[in-house]
Amino acid sequence: MVNGALRILLVDDEMPARRRLRDLLDDCCSVVPLAVVGEAQHGREALDILQNAAADLVLTDIHMPDMDGIELARHLLKLAHPPVVIFTTAFHEHAVQAFEVNAVDYLMKPVRVQRLLNALQKVPRLKPVTAEKLGTLPATARRFLSVTERSRVVLVPLNEIIYLKAELKYITIRTAQREFLLEESLTKLENEFGSRFLRVHRNCLVAREAIRGFERRVNGDGDAHWEVLLNNIPETLPVSRRQQFVVRDVGRVAVA
Amino acid sequence: MLATVTDMATIIKQKPHDPALPDPRNLGTVLRVLLIVNLGALVFAYGRQPNAVAVFDEFIQLAAVVEPYLLLVLAILWAAGPWLARQPFELAAILVGGVTVVAGMAVFAFVQSLVPQPPGTLARWLILGLGSAAGLLFYFHLRAKALSPAIAEARLQALQARIRPHFLFNSINAVLSLVRSEPKRAEAALQNMAELFRVLMRDNRDLAPLADEVELCRQYLELEQLRLGARLLVDWNVKSMPADALVPPLVLQPLLENAVYHGIEPESMPGTVSINLFLARGEVHAILKNPYRANGGRHHSGNKMALANVRERLALHFDAEANLSSRVTREGYEVHIRIPYRTAGPTGALDSNAATPASERTAMARDGRANSALRAARAALPSLSKLETVHG
Repeated sequence: MVNGALRILLVDDEMPARRRLRDLLDDCCSVVPLAVVGEAQHGREALDILQNAAADLVLTDIHMPDMDGIELARHLLKLAHPPVVIFTTAFHEHAVQAFEVNAVDYLMKPVRVQRLLNALQKVPRLKPVTAEKLGTLPATARRFLSVTERSRVVLVPLNEIIYLKAELKYITIRTAQREFLLEESLTKLENEFGSRFLRVHRNCLVAREAIRGFERRVNGDGDAHWEVLLNNIPETLPVSRRQQFVVRDVGRVAVA
Repeated sequence: MLATVTDMATIIKQKPHDPALPDPRNLGTVLRVLLIVNLGALVFAYGRQPNAVAVFDEFIQLAAVVEPYLLLVLAILWAAGPWLARQPFELAAILVGGVTVVAGMAVFAFVQSLVPQPPGTLARWLILGLGSAAGLLFYFHLRAKALSPAIAEARLQALQARIRPHFLFNSINAVLSLVRSEPKRAEAALQNMAELFRVLMRDNRDLAPLADEVELCRQYLELEQLRLGARLLVDWNVKSMPADALVPPLVLQPLLENAVYHGIEPESMPGTVSINLFLARGEVHAILKNPYRANGGRHHSGNKMALANVRERLALHFDAEANLSSRVTREGYEVHIRIPYRTAGPTGALDSNAATPASERTAMARDGRANSALRAARAALPSLSKLETVHG
């Protein structure tokens, strides 16, 4: 916190909702010194703003196009100094239950000024919500994976990912253009995104949409195995003996 | 004392449901009659013959008699339909029996003139005919009871009132945001909300003019535009709509709510909801379109519920003559509703004023509804007087 003023970013896809919050924050600023550092219409815009401007608190709606509030909170954790997130919601029964259970902070819209004030006064003592807690909230699957590169958060859209490959401590994300390094667990990703990816090897998930076909290869000592052929990149990936059944299950569809 | 209170409650709730003849001009009624009588004939044939081939022959022979008989009865009832509907139920039922007897005698005489030895005797024909007629009347009576507004009301009202809480609270929040800077717009928005909730909370069992529904939809969409701003574009195509057509209240609004929730809110780019209302071949058509991305993330069960709700209400009011279909097209999601064109009739102020501007027609339609409310109040008077006697 600089000069003691609380730096706040407002995120909501509805302009009137942002304006209402601004009005209420104006009412609060005589009690709690604060400054609104920006407004964003959805999570992605919020992340863009926070690449260049620091905030202590993000007040975010849950349902938003492009990137919802819960996904935003997950990506914010990749920032060098993650802000505290307080969700605002008009009505989302399941989310509210989950917030209560996990002690995640939220405000109900329309927000009462006294409730907002209480929340603002609490912020300096709060820590960012952990990824584990966020993972238990009833959110839709993420639309992006986020990686940190030179202290910036880079978003990789899920639909550009060709494959995810676990190597030592990291997961390599391959898109048509380049590779990214991600610190997450392959099994958790597989669970989160379900049918979008196909496990072809103990250490490798391939996007179903990226599969062009399969090819049978025989090495020097006579052992044969299948390779996955991919759209847009010349690389191929080996299918492990244990996962061979996917060639039969998927191969027909992909080649036809 | 407590007993008196409960008595009062039952008296107030009591809605006498007089038995009525099914509408013989309704496609659903006709189809049901044809199907049931023919099934009956098939069962009859099955009972008389040992094997499948013989059953089929027997059925064909029966059909040669049953079909002309049945069609003649239906034709007479079709012609007498509106007049018959005005008679008390008991008289109407006796008249249906009379028609069955006369038609039976006529067809029997005709068949006798063609073949010297007609199958069965006249008495047998008439007994089977009257039996079928009585059975069918009983069936339609049970069906009307099962679908009676009194029973469906609770469910319908529960479903109708189910405007998304999400919409209510977001709208209140949007109005709050206007109070300080644009009080005039806040006023207009609150008035729209009041109108919308007035309709949502009233008794919606009676049909209302299409113009009213369109007005309601405009108010609803204005509220949504307040929240969503330029993201929500609306394309109205209602120049050739029959403003006086009677439709179930809230037949379009829930579908527009869906269109906004699934088609506009999940997108950051502007999208268009289009409403096209027109009259074609005696039917009112409503085509609603919205953009829709299949993998947009939000589940669609809410949508199915609203569709099922509207579909059920259409069936209650129009049976098989109204229809709702939905499909995913290249441009998005499309709902198409077909409703038979009916107006309040020559007694109302609705039909005679086709030349007046739509706004005035709307006002008149409202008067028409006020009249029907008055009539309903008058009809309720007997039970009110009963209430007084309980007090006494």
